This record gives sequence, C-alpha cells and structure tokens, in this order.
Amino acid sequence: MNPAREQGLRSSFIVHHSSFQMFDLDKWQEIFESLKKHKLRTLLTAFAVWWGIFMLVILLGAGNGLQNSFEKNFGDDAVNSIWLYPDRTSEPYKGLPAGREIRFNNSDFDVLRNRIEGVEHVTGRYYLGGELVVEYQGKTFSYDVRSVHPDHLFLENTLVKKGRYINETDIKERRKVCTIGKLVKESFFKEDEDPIGQPLNIKGTQFTIVGVFEDDGGENEMRKIYIPITTAQRIFDTQDRIHQLMITVGDATLEESKVIEDNIRQEYAGKYNFSPTDQQALYISNNIEEYQQFQSIFLGIQFFIWFVGIGSIIAGVVGVSNIMLIIVKDRTKEIGIRKAMGATPWSIVSMILQEAIFLTGVAGYLGLLTGFGLVFAVQSFMEKNKIETEFFYNPEVDFASVLSALIFLVFCGTLAGLIPAIQAVRVNPVTAMRG
Amino acid sequence: MIELRDIRKSYRTEFTNLEVLKGIDLSIEKGELVSIMGSSGSGKSTLLNILGILDEYDSGEYRLAGHLIKNISETQAAKYRNSLIGFVFQSFNLLSFKNAAENVALPLYYQKMDRKKRLDVAIEYLDRVGLKDWAFHLPNQMSGGQQQRVAIARALASQPKIILADEPTGALDTKTSYEVMEIFEQVNREGMTVIIVTHENDIAARTNRIIRLTDGLIE
Repeated sequence: MNPAREQGLRSSFIVHHSSFQMFDLDKWQEIFESLKKHKLRTLLTAFAVWWGIFMLVILLGAGNGLQNSFEKNFGDDAVNSIWLYPDRTSEPYKGLPAGREIRFNNSDFDVLRNRIEGVEHVTGRYYLGGELVVEYQGKTFSYDVRSVHPDHLFLENTLVKKGRYINETDIKERRKVCTIGKLVKESFFKEDEDPIGQPLNIKGTQFTIVGVFEDDGGENEMRKIYIPITTAQRIFDTQDRIHQLMITVGDATLEESKVIEDNIRQEYAGKYNFSPTDQQALYISNNIEEYQQFQSIFLGIQFFIWFVGIGSIIAGVVGVSNIMLIIVKDRTKEIGIRKAMGATPWSIVSMILQEAIFLTGVAGYLGLLTGFGLVFAVQSFMEKNKIETEFFYNPEVDFASVLSALIFLVFCGTLAGLIPAIQAVRVNPVTAMRG
Repeated sequence: MIELRDIRKSYRTEFTNLEVLKGIDLSIEKGELVSIMGSSGSGKSTLLNILGILDEYDSGEYRLAGHLIKNISETQAAKYRNSLIGFVFQSFNLLSFKNAAENVALPLYYQKMDRKKRLDVAIEYLDRVGLKDWAFHLPNQMSGGQQQRVAIARALASQPKIILADEPTGALDTKTSYEVMEIFEQVNREGMTVIIVTHENDIAARTNRIIRLTDGLIE
C-alpha cells in the first residue's frame, strides 16, 4: 500500500465512525453534485414537494380565516344566554285584541330571578336612546350608555380592570355611578391619571366613575359606559320600565334551555295575558341554539380543513413516491457502476435516501416559508387597510402542524424510495450496467 | 494470485437445474496476462461474475490474493471488490454526469480518500493512459477509445491486485482496440495481473495465455 493511500485511510478512520453519517462532508459534496448535474429531476421533485406544502399552508390559512371570522362574529357575548324582547301581541287572546304592547318593568326582572328554575344570571337593559353627550372637565364626547343590572357583567363577558362594576347597592339606592370602557377612559384621562372617583357628566347628570373595564368583543365594546338601570329609570323615565331582559342558564344543554325558554314564555303569557303561542308578543332569542348552529358550521369548516389537508398530503406523498421510483429506476446503471467500484449496499441506499430527504426537506421548507409568507402578507394587508369581511378574518396557520405534515411527507416519500433502492442494490452490477 | 478449485455453479428454476460451471480448476499467477474465451453459453459470464465477486458459487474454493472468497457478506464483497479488483467493461460504464477525473476518482471515494487527494491521484492515472488533458471533460465529449482508457485508469486508480476486463474492445474498432490492448500490455509489464474476457481471437492472441471455456469446463 502506498503512503498516500495509507494516510487517506487513516484520516478516514478518524472521521468516519460509521458508513452512515449525516455530516460526512464528502458525501454531501457527492449529493450536491448529483443534484446539480440532474437539474430537471431535482427541479421536478422539489416542485412537487414545494407545491404540496405551499397549497397545504394556503388552504389551511383560508380555512382558519373562515373559522376565525365566524368565531369573531359570535364574539364576546355569553354563549349560554337567552335574550327576551317584549313587543306587540300578534293574535287576540282572552278577549284582548292583537297589537297590544307588552312592556317589562322591574317586577319582570324579579320574575326571572325568583320564579324560573335554571336561571343563573339575570340583567335588564333600559334603552337610553342612542349615544349621549358625555363631558369631563370641558372635554365633550358622545358615547353609548347602557343601563344594566350587576349580572350584565357575565352576559357581555366584561373584564373589570380597575375599580368595580355596577353592584346591588347601586341598584337599590339608585346611585349615580358609572363604569367606563377603556377607550372612554383614554379619551378623557391621561395615561397615568386615575379616573376612579372623578365626576362624569352624562346628558346633564353628574355620575361618579367607579371602574374601568375591557372587553374581548373589540374596540366598540370598550367605547361603552355602564350605569345602574334603576338610576337610568329615575332620571329618564318614571315607570321603572325595562326594554330587554337577558339571562344565562349555566351549563344547561340545548334541551334544558328550551324548557327554560318555554317556562319563561308561559310565565309571562300568564302575567300579561297573551297567547303562549304568540311569538311576537315576547320575542325570545336563544343563543345556545344559535351557538349550536355555529358549532355545526365550525365542525363543517374543521372537516373541510382536514379533508383538504389530508388530501394535499396524500397527493404530495404519491407525487414524491412516484418521483422517487423513477429516480431509482433512472439510477439503476449508476448503482451497478458504484457497486462494481466497491460501494457497499448500505452506502448506496443511504446516499439515495440522504439525497431524497435533503431535497424534499429543503423544497418542503421553502413551500412552508412561501406559504406562510403569503398568508402573512394577506393578513397584514387586511390589517393595514382595515379590510373586514364577514367571511375572512385573521388567516392564521399552525406552524407545528404544517411542520409535522412536512416531516410526514418527507418520511413517506423516503420510504417509497427505500424499497426500490434496496431492490436496485440487490441487482447484479453487470446486469444493472447492461440495462 | 487466483486459485479456483472445482468451482461449480448451477441455476435452479422450478423445473430445471441448469449446471453452468461443472468444476473449474484454474490458477493464475501474479503478473500474468491471460484471456478467457468461450462461446455464449459456455459459462464465461458466470465465471467472470464469480471472479469479480459479483456472484456466489455453489461448491469449490476461490482464493483471490490469498483471501478465501466464500460465503462472505455483501459488504465484505464490496470491500474486496474495491481493494482487490479493477473492472473494465465493454460499454465503458462511466458515470455520465461526472467528468473523467471524477470517474477515475470514484473507487477512491469508496476508499474514503479525501476529495483533493483522490482527484490528484485520478489525474495522475489519466496521465498514464495519455488523457491528462481530458481530465475535466465529460464522457460524452470523448471518443469510445478515450472513454475506455478512462475506464482503465479508473480500474488502476484503486491499486487492485487484478484487472478484470469484460469484452473491453467489444465496442471499439480494430485500431482503437489495439490501442487499448497496448495499454493493458503496458500495465501488465508493470506487474499487474490482467484477465481479459473476449471472443475475439486477435485480442486473445495478444495475451500470454488463453483459457478456453466450453460447456462449463476448461478445455
């Protein structure tokens, strides 16, 4: 053995602990060269994988955008709530004519609280009629003011960040207090100013600020002012009228909520002498029912996303597998030559696999990047231009799930290449070279 | 260098048992230049496969450079092929996407010689076959004779114990065939054992010994 080769062998003995090593630089060089010299083959494989992952990201983004828009539209209100709106009777009943107006007052609030089983939280609303002029130290804005009971907190999922919400004592004593939204606070007060205890003039009446709240329902919900309903009734009305009642029903099922809804209708029908079948006299909006409909739409969207996702992964796997098959067929002669030159079977199989994993991995990662890039671009474009549609909102994509899809794809493609590669390696080199 | 003792090989199918080699005894000394001749079906290819450790035999003993080649693993066979045998084929069998130097360097890659060194060695061997200036040409830019010379350089580069050439002039015209034979003769003069499988009498006539194979036996 000549000294040059001996040295080569010795240095290789230090570097190469096993025949399969990811960071065998020489092997990578061999792989890069093979990829570079077979541009079309490389390009086609890379494109198949890139396209599969790119489409997956785009479709997932679209699906999630659809779902997020639905979720947003449902928004911040308690999903286990039932809302009651009294209106006019639509049919004559017990000698009374149709078209009679039904009006709620404070006693009807007590009806819900005391006589109906299954009611968790109750609140009324007295409508103050549009936005009111609100003034603090010479600054004037107009805001929507809602007069409510303390339980309203649960109905709107209001988050009190400072001070407190309207309480029972406020209701009982008809106190002139208010809890203001974060954006209301910001319009009147500086960042470091404490609004608690400050006087706020609402349509000519002085109120004391007792709390500041936030709301997940968006900016509009944080431009509200809440005052005790009894205070509003005293200032703006004399009959203790309530325009709208809302309840939550805890974790009642749809069926249970239907029973509660029915009991409520019976109760008020008896009290106000309208037909229990008269839907117009008392309009009841059951959010649980609505929510369940939304749930089934969600489910549909989820199914769509999964269907599309699995579909594009299968298409990707089939594509990559096909290409791997062709590549191995294409390389049968090369495999024969390498074998005759002293390549071990495993070194050939591992070379083909490493090449495949590298190519599909890189192409898939590029697909991932471009896909995410596009989704982010759409997202930021919509945000920048304040585009809000009913059907598309925040088209996010879960990076981890796409990454695992990519790994799955690479794995399947490689496996598909492994079998023909092993077969090709078994072929007698002389036969392989003749073919 | 090569010792064959009563080598037998048969191909079994479901209904037939085709005996191809019926007991080959053969010894080739170091530094010999021999040719193996035989018509198709004589067992010539099978013998070549066994000599090249590309196929197994049923019974007997094959020793190559002192190593008993019997019941060895694929990996071990690959290592022997790499270190003991230099192949030359009828259809050259160069990798089309590699240039001449890279092709010659291929067996050295499997000896894990580092890249720079093996390219240096490759060019040195290309120089020996008179193709130094063609080192960075792709096979399809070369004539058949040139390609076969590259293949011979490749066979020599790993410093094997024997050169095994399978119809090395089969795809070449007479003039080029003789040029290739001259290279084999030169290599042999330098001490290399060369075995050429051929069916051409004029090629066989240029070797020191002709081994004729008929119907699975040496005449």
